Formats: sequence, C-alpha cells, structure tokens
Amino acid sequence: MKRERIYGMMAEFDSAQALIDAAKRTHGAGYQKLDAYSPFPIEGLAEEIGFHHDEVPLVVLIGGIVGGLAGYLMQYWMSAVDYPLNVGGKPPHSWPAFIVITFEMTILFAGISAVFGMLALNGLPMPYHPVFNVPRFALASKDRFFLIVFSSDPKYDPAGTRNFLEGLAPRSISEVPS
Amino acid sequence: MDEQYKTTVDAQQTPVIEPGHTFATVTEKISAIVLTRPASNGWFLGFGIAFLATMMMLYAIGYLFLKGIGIWGSTIPIGWGFAIINFVWWIGIGHAGTLISAILLLLRQSWRNSINRFAEAMTLFAVACAGIFPAIHVGRPWLAYWLFPYPNTMRVWPQFRSPLMWDVFAVSTYATISALFWFIGLVPDMATLRDRAAHPAARLIYGALSMGWRGSARHWHRYETAYLLLAGLATPLVLSVHTVVSFDFAIGIVPGWHTTIFPPYFVAGAIYSGFAMVLMLAIPIRKIYGLEDFITERHLQNSAKVMLATGLIVAYGYGIEAFMGWYSGDRYDAFTLWNRLHGPYAIPYWSLLICNIFIPQVLWIRKLRTSPVALFLVSGVILVGMWLERFVIVVVSLHRDFLTSSWGMYYPTRWDWMTYIGTIGMFLAAIFLFVRLLPMISIFEMRTLLPEAEVKE
Repeated sequence: MKRERIYGMMAEFDSAQALIDAAKRTHGAGYQKLDAYSPFPIEGLAEEIGFHHDEVPLVVLIGGIVGGLAGYLMQYWMSAVDYPLNVGGKPPHSWPAFIVITFEMTILFAGISAVFGMLALNGLPMPYHPVFNVPRFALASKDRFFLIVFSSDPKYDPAGTRNFLEGLAPRSISEVPS
Repeated sequence: MDEQYKTTVDAQQTPVIEPGHTFATVTEKISAIVLTRPASNGWFLGFGIAFLATMMMLYAIGYLFLKGIGIWGSTIPIGWGFAIINFVWWIGIGHAGTLISAILLLLRQSWRNSINRFAEAMTLFAVACAGIFPAIHVGRPWLAYWLFPYPNTMRVWPQFRSPLMWDVFAVSTYATISALFWFIGLVPDMATLRDRAAHPAARLIYGALSMGWRGSARHWHRYETAYLLLAGLATPLVLSVHTVVSFDFAIGIVPGWHTTIFPPYFVAGAIYSGFAMVLMLAIPIRKIYGLEDFITERHLQNSAKVMLATGLIVAYGYGIEAFMGWYSGDRYDAFTLWNRLHGPYAIPYWSLLICNIFIPQVLWIRKLRTSPVALFLVSGVILVGMWLERFVIVVVSLHRDFLTSSWGMYYPTRWDWMTYIGTIGMFLAAIFLFVRLLPMISIFEMRTLLPEAEVKE
C-alpha cells in the first residue's frame, strides 16, 4: 500500500556534471525507471537515463509530406477539377505556379507538427505533476539539478534506494509523494 | 584544434556574457525585470505616447472604413501607394528576427542567445503591422477573407497563379511559424517565472503558459529536436517570404519591376532594415534595463557587420538595376532609370542612395561600430533609407510607365501618414508591453552559455 502513495526518491545536485555522473551511475546500477531535471538542456543526459527513441523528426516528416500534398492537391483540384477557369490563357493545371503555395504549406504543416508533436509526446500541457510536491524542486528552473528514481522501478525500495542515492553525494534527498 | 581555435578567437573578442555570472545571477537578473522591477514614469510616458499613436491609427482606419480608400493618396496610375510601401517595409523588418533566431542557431552563433527573444518579438509585432496594410487596402476590408480558399456559395476559388495569392500563403505561414517558434522558446522561461513569482495571479498565468514544464531530460531532448527542426524550417521560409513579396513586383511587366534580381535583393534589404530595427531597440533597452552584461559590445559589432554586408548586397542590387536599365536596350527600362535620377521623385531616390549606401559605410570604422550612439543613428538612417527604397520602387515605376497619357503623380494624404505613424506606435506599444510582461532575454539559453554548463562525458 505504501509504495503506491510514493512517486519516487529524488536527489538534488549542484552542477550539471554531478547530475550527468549520477545519472550514469544510477542507470549503471540497474535502475531502469528514472528521470533527470535540469534548468537547461544538457547534451547526452537523456541517453544516460536510457532515452533513445525521439519520434519528433518522424512526426515532422509526416507533417511536411501531408502539408505538401495537401497544398498541391488543393490547388490542382480547385483550379483544374472543380472550377477550371481560363486565366490569361494558362492551362488549368499550371503546375509551376503552384510550387510556391505547395512549399509554404509544407513548411506550415511541418512546423505545426514539430510544436504540437513535441508537446504531445512530452505529455504537455500537464497542470499537475508529483515532482512539484517537493518544495526544493522550484530550484530546478533556476540553478539546481535533480535525479529521480520512480517507485515503479522493480529495483526500488525506500531504504535501499535512499542509501544508493546518498552514495552519489547529493545536496539533499527527498521522498516524492504522488 | 577546435578548442584551441575557440580560445584564441574568444581572447580577441568581447565575451557574449560578461564574466562573473552564474545560473542564479542570470536567472535573477532577467526575471527581476518582469517580476519585481516597478514600472517607471519613463515607461508610462513611452507606452502612453505609443498607445495614443495606436489610437490615431485606429481612428484613421475607422474613417477609412467609413469613406473608402478615396481618402488616401493612392489613385490610378499609382494604385499601391503607402499601403504596399509600408507592408513591404514592415515585413522586411521582421526578417531579422527570424534570421537571428533560426539561421544563426543553425550556424551555431551562440551570441544570438541574448538577442533572439526580443528579435522574435519584434518579428511578430512587425508582421502584425505589415498584415494590416494589405487587408485595409483591398477596398472592402470586411471581405478580406475572400483571399483564403474556403468553400463558398459563389463556387469560385482563389486564383492560385497570382503572386498576390502566394503572398497570402507566405505571410500567413510566416506569422504562424514565427508565433509558434517564439512561444515554444518561451515555455521553459515561463516555468522559471512560475517558480519565482510571488503574486498568486502571476504564478497562475505564468504557470498556465509554462504548460507544466518541469525540465525533464526526455522533454529537453524532444524540445531541442523540435526547436532545431523549426529553425531548419524557418530558414527557407524567411527567405521565401521576401522572395514572394518581391514576386508581387517582379511577376508584373511594369518597367523597373520586371527583373530577376528582385528576390535576393529584397531578402538582403529585409535583413538590412531588420538589423537596423534590432539595434534601435536593443541599444536603449540594454541601457535602461542595465543589460550591458548580456547584450555586449560583441552583439553591437556583429549586428553592424551584418548590416554592412547586407547593405553592400543592396548596393549591388541598385547597381544592377541601373546597369540593366542601360544594358537591356529597353527604352521603358532606360526611361525608368532616367526618371529615377532626374524625374519628379529624384529627391527620394538620391536620399535613399545616401541613406542606404553612403552613410552606412562609416561602419567600417571600428570605433563607430562599437559606439552605441553612432550605431543608433546609423540604424535610424538605414530604416529611413529602406522606407524610401520601397517608396521609389512602388511610386516611381507606377507613376510613369508605358503611355505618357496615363502618367500621374502621387501625393500621400494625412490619412496615409496617420496610418503609417500609427503602426509605428502600435509596434512600440507592443514592445513596451513585452519588456514588462515577458523575459526579453531567453534565460535558459543564456544558462547554456555559462562555463559551468559544460559537461564532460
């Protein structure tokens, strides 16, 4: 019963280097379900906690292809199929003139997919999250670095994990209520 | 070798951030401007004037809706007038913001991190000002939505072979992508303000805007991918926007417009005027808010160099226009050149050459390039020059084209001026609000520039 009320064990570090070293050792010690929080992006940190599959590029590619096709086919259908209109003797399907809007629609759809795809994959917006229950976590958006081992990790046990995290020389350790 | 190169280069240049800053000081300094600094009398005065100018614009537009575009100076043969001059001027100014945020990101120019946020804000506000003009110029502005392809009872669709339609798509895509790029860059900083704000309402608003951002490593990874891809998409986009704007002219057969030099020369001119606006905003802002640590001499110098380079491309464009006027052997093109130099609008033409080509050459002098006052003045001159350039392109070509019987003159009315000056007011009012309500420098990107942000694998 107790395990369900606890979201995880969180350790606080002073520097980006300390966080990346701690993440490496925790992951190396066999913990699978962890996350790290930092006030700015740290290169290589996501790999250290076992994150390897970033689907954002695929989402953007699909968005771009859909946008380009939609842009071109829209112009083709409107100008050559639904209501062909002779303007200046140009053929109804005058493809060179359709390139600009096709390009703009590709960019528009790809850009929208990049933003909303990233937000959706990150699960944002998310008004409530257990990590905010730790008062010191407010510093994660300023100058402190946090590592959490989730209680759903098979290796998690309150005393053992706390002991392990203490071995990483953190600044503080807190249990995160969910 | 790379490391060694970096240190030698850094030793010669002023740093991007003055030494001595930490994550905490950068965070506190930038967020304090929004959260704790009281609004000064100067701010209220500046915002008040800008707001009054905005009201004047709304009054001018209101009267326009009542009376029609006959109140403007534009008439046949000069059907375009101030509306199109100002549209091109404003949209060009916006381009520097995207150049700084997207192209310089791809080129790994880390100095961009302290000016990209407000340059992007400048882009958004400039595009908003630009967007007003074509919409109120269409004659029946309440029907401006006819430009978009929506299913309607008339069954007819827009004319996709027209560059004006391309413009609709290019500018609306540009506005959308710029807004998204700007907003997504703000999200992590909104989290910082949420965690710093003392007032519950501020916490709530910044908290909602931060969308629950918590700085997770997985989130940062996807965030950086998306940000980089957006930069990669915005780069061709920004080049395409002014290219398409130049097509509005170049696709037509009017002498002085029908030329292939227009797209690159318009893009260079856009960036030229945009950087001038960036400097005109950055120089007073860094002084007033004490941000000389973050917007250093290096930023001013680099912007001045970009202006020098793009200014020379613009000068080349003028040169080629003049050369082709002679070399093409086309009597109408040759006359357009003569008319620019000696016609009734010779004074604007010569002024634009002085403003855009001759005066900015003082930036070759290092001392002036690093002097905020000199840069501010030169930037002002360039903005005037680029406005005159669009005036010459629109008016001089149209007022005397093929048939002497249909020649005419263009005299802007006070309604033209009120609308134009009003958009400057609207732009400045938006900037005044922006510096008080949002972090004008990207806090998280500044943190990555600090030495303590470096990690070894």
